Amino acid sequence: MSGRERPLATVPGWLWALLGATLAAQLGAQALRPPPAAAASDLPPAPRAAALRAASLGEPAAAARLAMLYVQAFDLGAGNALPYRRLDYGRLRAWLRAILDTDPRSSYALFAAVRVYAEVDDPARTRAMLEFVHEAYLEAPNRRWPALAHAALLAKHRLRDLPLARRYAADLQRLTTDPDVPLWARQMEIFILEDMNELEAAKIMLGGLLASGHLRDPGERRFLKERLGALERRLASER
Amino acid sequence: MPPVLLLARSTLLEARRSGLPWLALGLLAAALGLAAFLSQVAMTEGRELQAALAAALLRAGAAFLLAAHVTASVVREANDKVLELALALPLSRSQYYLGKLVGYGAIGLGFAAACGLPMLLWAAPGSAALWSASLAAELLLVCAASLFFAVTLANVVPAIAATAGLYLLARSIAAIQLLARGPLAEPTWTQSIARGAVDAVALLLPRLDAATRSEWLLYAPPAPGEFVAALGALVLYAALLCAAGLFDFHRRNL
Repeated sequence: MSGRERPLATVPGWLWALLGATLAAQLGAQALRPPPAAAASDLPPAPRAAALRAASLGEPAAAARLAMLYVQAFDLGAGNALPYRRLDYGRLRAWLRAILDTDPRSSYALFAAVRVYAEVDDPARTRAMLEFVHEAYLEAPNRRWPALAHAALLAKHRLRDLPLARRYAADLQRLTTDPDVPLWARQMEIFILEDMNELEAAKIMLGGLLASGHLRDPGERRFLKERLGALERRLASER
Repeated sequence: MPPVLLLARSTLLEARRSGLPWLALGLLAAALGLAAFLSQVAMTEGRELQAALAAALLRAGAAFLLAAHVTASVVREANDKVLELALALPLSRSQYYLGKLVGYGAIGLGFAAACGLPMLLWAAPGSAALWSASLAAELLLVCAASLFFAVTLANVVPAIAATAGLYLLARSIAAIQLLARGPLAEPTWTQSIARGAVDAVALLLPRLDAATRSEWLLYAPPAPGEFVAALGALVLYAALLCAAGLFDFHRRNL
């Protein structure tokens, strides 16, 4: 405390009481407020990518990731209590498109599209996400192939739409030219046609992704292993 | 010691005594803490998220702290008549102005080094070094702009507002130009005028969006040509602001 300040004893008693009362009222009011609830249907219309870039003040990479966290909050915010299918998928797709256009080198939007939003128990919504992933893949095949590979598996096992899965697999095989891509992905059509169940295919995919060094993020690795565990449990209960 | 360096040294001393290093530490802690917190809720790209957010926050925070410090310091010196006292000594106006700018630029260099160090957690040393060098040049520009506006406007709030306006506009002008040319822009004469006005404003601004890019930390360092062009543009604009500030300072009646 500096020597320029007067002792605390000089503060009048009523001022102490006022300070204490207002502080207690503030704490009480905040403690009584219900926690904010996530509303899946309230996802606002997506901004244009150009607007998102303008608002990013020259930091598109940070803005794209922040926007992803914002979109995530409309579902994950409630601890998965809200089913994704209550989300407006038209708006969701527009958001993911804008985010992808803001930072085309980030794989976050595609990861969320194919691993979270496409796995909803609603074929129309799954299809919308898979089409979004396919459209995005065509723009940068060598960077975005992992998303389309998973999309092909979802088309086969969840939608049971073999022609769609083969179309994705054929594109994957034809357009992905990077030699670092694992063999199973470069021969995706055979992989799709093979008589294996979803769990076996998912295990091979995850192993391939880990071996090829495409899975470096520990959070992503944890997330995918959890998904694999959930798939294992689901298939075991169906047997 | 030459008068310019003597003044620069006193400017550095003032920054140390005014608690600026503590503010810089607080900024580092806040940026790293927020980035670490948000990366916990990310499903993927946790490392990239931390790097991008920390870089963006540190860049903006360093520019703001430096602008506020330069402005407050220059205006306080003018109000306390320290400026008159300094100019009564055998010291030219140019030497005074340049001495101040060198001192503030050195503070900016320290800020850039402090902000670049944590980037080594997520990026290759070469990328982090280029990012820091670019931030140092950007902060030199911010110092030049703050000094110019503080000397010209002689008031804290208008000078900080003008510096912030210039900085934010320079960072977003490329995106604004894209918006003006976007497919939704109608081909009317009002639209043409608006586009022309945006292009004219862009001519007067530095391209801050091309400098200190977090993509350099996340994906790959810039090509040498791109980096030199970005840095050169910043240094050139800082020189322009310095010349404009000196011009105004020489004309002023004290």
